[in-house]
Amino acid sequence: MSESAAATWGKTGSYLDDQGRGNGLMAWLTTTDHKRIGLLYGIAMGIFFLVGMTLGLLIRLELLMPGQQFYDAKTYNVFFTLHGVIMIFLFIVPGIPAIFGNIILPLQLGAEDVAFPKLNLLSWYVYMLGAVIALTSLFAGSSPPDTGWTFYAPYSISSGGSVSLAVLGAFVLGFSSILTGMNFIVTIHRLRAKNMGFFNMPLFTWGLYATSWIQVIATPVVGITLLLLLMERLLGIGLFNPAMGGDPILYQHLFWIYSHPVVYVMILPAMGVISDILPPFCGRTIFGYKAIAISSLAIAIVGYLVWGHHMFTVGMSDTARWIFSLLTFLVAIPTGVKIFNWTATLYKASIEVRVPLLYALGFIFLFSIGGLTGLVNGALSTDIHVHDTAFIVGHFHYTMFGGAGIGMFAALHFWFPKMFGRMYNEKRATWAWGLIMVGFNTLYFPMLIMGIMGMPRRYHDYLPEFQIPHAVSTVGSWILATGIILMVVNIIQGIRHGKKAPNNPWGATTLEWATTSPPPLLNFAKEPIAPKDGPYDFTGRKPGESHEEVLT
Amino acid sequence: MSTQVQNTNAGHVHKDSIGAKTGMWLFLFTELLLFGGLFIIYAVMRGEYTHGFHAAAEELNVWLGVTNTVVLLTSSLTMVLGVSALQRGRAGLAQLYVISTLFLAGTFLLIKFFEWGAKFSHGVFPGMEHLHNLEHGEGVFFNLYFMMTGLHGIHVIIGMIVMVVVNNRLQSGTITRANQGILEYTALYWHLVDLVWIFLLPLFYLTN
Repeated sequence: MSESAAATWGKTGSYLDDQGRGNGLMAWLTTTDHKRIGLLYGIAMGIFFLVGMTLGLLIRLELLMPGQQFYDAKTYNVFFTLHGVIMIFLFIVPGIPAIFGNIILPLQLGAEDVAFPKLNLLSWYVYMLGAVIALTSLFAGSSPPDTGWTFYAPYSISSGGSVSLAVLGAFVLGFSSILTGMNFIVTIHRLRAKNMGFFNMPLFTWGLYATSWIQVIATPVVGITLLLLLMERLLGIGLFNPAMGGDPILYQHLFWIYSHPVVYVMILPAMGVISDILPPFCGRTIFGYKAIAISSLAIAIVGYLVWGHHMFTVGMSDTARWIFSLLTFLVAIPTGVKIFNWTATLYKASIEVRVPLLYALGFIFLFSIGGLTGLVNGALSTDIHVHDTAFIVGHFHYTMFGGAGIGMFAALHFWFPKMFGRMYNEKRATWAWGLIMVGFNTLYFPMLIMGIMGMPRRYHDYLPEFQIPHAVSTVGSWILATGIILMVVNIIQGIRHGKKAPNNPWGATTLEWATTSPPPLLNFAKEPIAPKDGPYDFTGRKPGESHEEVLT
Repeated sequence: MSTQVQNTNAGHVHKDSIGAKTGMWLFLFTELLLFGGLFIIYAVMRGEYTHGFHAAAEELNVWLGVTNTVVLLTSSLTMVLGVSALQRGRAGLAQLYVISTLFLAGTFLLIKFFEWGAKFSHGVFPGMEHLHNLEHGEGVFFNLYFMMTGLHGIHVIIGMIVMVVVNNRLQSGTITRANQGILEYTALYWHLVDLVWIFLLPLFYLTN
């Protein structure tokens, strides 16, 4: 927050070019510009994602055939733990808010930056610190952590792996998450453009708003839980250790009080992305704007109260179990509201099939499978059957990867021209999308079937009867990886050599498209005014038709 | 709300005290939830080990606890007086009050130091052999006692560091009547530290 009144709207040029404040690497590492910070997150997370993906491929490779192929069971435990820790804590939880929230939120609000730009940069450094600590656990100590990403007590207390470092890393990452959440809440409350009431905000902003509240409310609880686990390992305070009178199930409760709401931290921004992508490619406003906006808050609120469904089999009273089951089913309602509104938006629309829309449709398809299989786990009787099986692994990959992950790819392809002022090769992007969709389903659908057949999760070995689905799944992992690599290559080539993108290539109506691509340092050449008929007003326009003159 | 911020001719994001205060309240909210996790554990464990908790609480010195409560409540008072002094434009007086608060916070920690020290000398500290040999309920009580008063103590120390900074800025004139945000937020934080202690006192010292 600069106090000088000299800085006003009207700066031009790209935020990607250094202006004033030093240049080169230092200018990036000391920047308080939300767009640059978003890209810093993007680079870090891109690398972590590729590391996590490699670990995932290694897990699938070992499971190609029954018996031991390439490495032993201990290494297998390490691999799935690190795959989970990296993908969850470093990639998918901070993912969309930290990258696209940072870059797009102030633009969508018509603001110059977030409310606390310096705090925003601090969040990135805290994130990097947490990431470095978590990754150090790979090499430090006698062996890497092997507890699974959930760090369940009492094994996490006694494990000889360097669990302490991984837990400390997750604790530090939590701070970054809280700070970003606080920053976004204040930004949305204080920095909306003229005319932009709460029900005039784009739905991506709504998604981020609900997400930020969850980050602020849920993260401190896991913070103290992980801190106590750390104290448990360092001092032996025994609160989660039954040998000392502690209660390991209490750890599970406290862990899931955070870690269930946090799945909505992953998915709500992705849902916001989809709600923003559909209108420009359908040439019409979103169906049921208010219902989608409010359902985000409803998911955030109800989602806070369902954590017990992770623990149906560990020992809870019947009353607690049916209450948690009922609440779990209730979350499906606002989620269903969104899915119906999206499909209703597509109905009889003038659809223009472009890459972002393909990803959005992929999201709806995959997330529907993820959501419906979730109900199988939410029902008490069926959950007993599928608990801790490959079915769960399939289910949460459909929601987290098929939902949040594909939502992130959708956001990347949608906002790419705005972020870099260039276009990627759309043909290659379509091929990558096709490979990802085919590979994804080949990889994860067999897990659903195997799980129902009785294949337990987190097992290094399996009975010969599971051979075929396991082999299919492993082949799927190769197809998926090929698609992702093609996508990454295409994106990098687009950044470097892509052709110049117009300011509003998709003919979208939200404020981020009202400025130049890429935007200048303070985002807008003159103060933007939000359209008064809602964020998706396409009256009198054809899909894909540019209407910059209306916005600027 | 938004027009208030941006509807100036410059249209620039300038100092937004309402925004900053909103951020501070959100932060305090997360602090409450941080301690909230510990209070949940306390509630569950006390339900499980009612007798052990009562027996262990006998070992704590109620008078030291009460004295510390008085010290901390007084420090909150001096803090508020400091804010109010600055609002009347008397920066020097505000500085005096901040230093008094610092002094009281130090007194609190000193008393805590002797309390903890006495426990250590009896072998009551997380990880020590003696604590393992206690009845489960008592062991859990003392472990929770050290965790909760410890986390609270860390908050007191952080508060003191911030107060030193605030004092320097009052001295140098960076914090003024027109720009009193930081003093105000420090006071808000200090009240939270106070508030947490008000719950810790009955839960640990007055349970017997």
